[in-house]
Amino acid sequence: MAGECLPARRENREIKVRKSAGWLPWHDFLTVTGQNDYPHGFTNELIFYQFMEATGAEIVVRCLAEEGVEFVFGYPGGAVLNIYDEIFKQNKFKHVLVRHEQAAVHAADAYARSTGRVGVALVTSGPGVTNAVTGIATAYMDSIPIVVVTGQVPTPAIGLDAFQEVDTVGITRPCVKHNFLVKDVKDLAATMKKAFIIAATGRPGPVVVDVPKDVTYHTTDFEYPATVEMRSYSPVVKGHSGQMKRAVQMLLEAKRPMIYAGGGVVLGDASEQLAELTRLLGFPITNTLMGLGGYPATDRQNLGMLGMHGTYEANMAMQHSDVLLAVGARFDDRVIGNPAHFAREQRRIIHIDVDPSSISKRVKVDVPIVGDVKNVLTDMLALLKQAKEKPDVAALNAWWTQIELWRSKNCLKYNRNSPIIKPQYVVEKLWEVTKGDAYVTSDVGQHQMWAAQYYKFDKPRRWINSGGLGTMGVGLPYAMGVQLAFPDAQVACITGESSIQMNIQELSTCKQYRIPVKVVTLNNRYMGMVRQWQEFFYGSRYAESYMESLPDFVKLAEAYGHVGMRIDKPEDVEAALKEAFSPALKERMVFMDFQTDQTENVFPMVEGGKGLSEMILAEEL
Amino acid sequence: MSRRHIISLLMENEAGALSRVAGLFSARAYNIESLTVAPTEDATLSRMTIVTVGSEDIIEQITKQLNKLVDVIKVMDLTEGSHIERELMLVKLRAMGADREEIKRTADIFRGNIIDVTESTYTIELTGAGSKLDAFLEAIDSAFILETVRTGASGIGRGERSLKI
Repeated sequence: MAGECLPARRENREIKVRKSAGWLPWHDFLTVTGQNDYPHGFTNELIFYQFMEATGAEIVVRCLAEEGVEFVFGYPGGAVLNIYDEIFKQNKFKHVLVRHEQAAVHAADAYARSTGRVGVALVTSGPGVTNAVTGIATAYMDSIPIVVVTGQVPTPAIGLDAFQEVDTVGITRPCVKHNFLVKDVKDLAATMKKAFIIAATGRPGPVVVDVPKDVTYHTTDFEYPATVEMRSYSPVVKGHSGQMKRAVQMLLEAKRPMIYAGGGVVLGDASEQLAELTRLLGFPITNTLMGLGGYPATDRQNLGMLGMHGTYEANMAMQHSDVLLAVGARFDDRVIGNPAHFAREQRRIIHIDVDPSSISKRVKVDVPIVGDVKNVLTDMLALLKQAKEKPDVAALNAWWTQIELWRSKNCLKYNRNSPIIKPQYVVEKLWEVTKGDAYVTSDVGQHQMWAAQYYKFDKPRRWINSGGLGTMGVGLPYAMGVQLAFPDAQVACITGESSIQMNIQELSTCKQYRIPVKVVTLNNRYMGMVRQWQEFFYGSRYAESYMESLPDFVKLAEAYGHVGMRIDKPEDVEAALKEAFSPALKERMVFMDFQTDQTENVFPMVEGGKGLSEMILAEEL
Repeated sequence: MSRRHIISLLMENEAGALSRVAGLFSARAYNIESLTVAPTEDATLSRMTIVTVGSEDIIEQITKQLNKLVDVIKVMDLTEGSHIERELMLVKLRAMGADREEIKRTADIFRGNIIDVTESTYTIELTGAGSKLDAFLEAIDSAFILETVRTGASGIGRGERSLKI
């Protein structure tokens, strides 16, 4: 099947295909030898080490190799042809050809989310860039480190409305951590280095490097700098010791403490420290949507996710706490609801974040600690262990009694005897079948919330979703990025029939690279979350939220060369999932189309603008 | 309570740096009353003065967000301490007959300089705080005013207080 990833054949060239046992096509990676019709004979060694002088295109490729990049997700086009030509000649990293640039950025983003390393995407100028913008904005809102290399028209043509020209730096400016237009090939290597440093350090984020076509064929001496000094960029690393002392003191005085941990814990690889601190203190903890897996979901101290669709106990404990420790979280509107209502209860807030602008943005805090979450938690742990005082056990016991009362409401219960498949049931079964150890990506909507509520993530970097921007269509490209990073892992994409269609073309990429993700579609024939809001707040007038004329997903999956399944009855759910994750289908992409209850809603729910404790529960309807 | 603040900053003198600041203000719906920018004695640096209006919370966010921009090296809220603020204005006035003397007198009172003269016009250069320039315009009959151009405020801290890297 290696032919699927062959470049266009040229007549007088001999192609040897090295076979290997792996399931990914680059295990059959091409070695091109023999009569050589290239201007200069090449082997990788020659390209990489012999020439001191390099073209801009070579520099881009060599910088990526120097950074240890494994995958570049991209789509070629006029402005990046020189770069693609260099990619063709190397084997330091793999290029993954997507079917739409948006998916390239999402896949790079998911690679970064799941591995913690910088993801890389490569797109051409003009429409390549505008297609990529959704992916870049998605990464920006969730602080994901990616570098996007974009082609640009040649420098003399910039500003002349050239073919496939857009102002890339201008278009991406509000949704990147930083961006560069490289006008001189001499600046290219240093700029690439800066891009990787900026993307990965401090509060991470996407960086765009815009490379005009003439820069890609201009030459200069190449040397990749080990590091680049930037006088204007120096993220805070260590927390302020005085503030940390105050924080520890405050935690030890707490009667009704609460720990609120966000995506910063996952991005900052601080879940170990967070777990140690939480267990040492014996405090309740909640994870945000972005923070799921930052503290084990199955642990008793974890009250589940908080926020608009958070658990009753998490939201109530948040609202009624007297000391709140916020770690790598930003008091988002979907998390604390109405800030005025949140402020009605008196509580002291400690806020640890690497980004000073996240602190006191929506909620005033008492003890701000700016610094890398892992460093700060480590230092606070040391202080806690030295402290003579201990947490107030009597007060904590009373607080836990109250919390258990809230928890006993069992706010995530649903009808298990329904003759129609309940979406929650599918997610629960998925959790069982995958033994809670899968990487789960999701799209955006009801299925995303059910995935977050019912798949209990015990490890960080297992839950990959678009939290901030809420981008429908991320699920499948996210799953691709994760599966490529972890070829042996179970990767499930929980999606809906509406979301999946926003990047359905990537089924083709899955085929080409044999990416065996399992798509779990909760198909309720509606844009479920839109329908839910219309039911609750718009008198059940379901304006344009019904998905007419859905494709037959089984046939569609088969048309793309995958396995399709349609599941109509609750009793078939488990068997279908087991089959999809069975060794027999390990190397196949499986598309499961679960026909779920159209009327099901996500509960609990905090209506937009309402307070965190003003939840609508399932039983109240 | 909203208050007028003068924020001074040093940033890399690079293409697009200005648009990052301007874009930040529009994206986050912050006010800009005026914005001036020019290279400093070190040509790799630009110094910018932004006059904005906002509550303490907003100003805190503005300074934090400005600091977050990768090109920005240092940010200072001049209004937090004693400082000097100056703005340059050029005003072209219709000046004929007896009005010429009257206009010149008013310009003298405001320590303005007449920098261009024709048979029928004066162009006056005036520097000072924004309020002084406003006062001059109020003192002049608006019928005389042909055009005005103002630079927006530049500011600097008093005494030892300085913004440098």
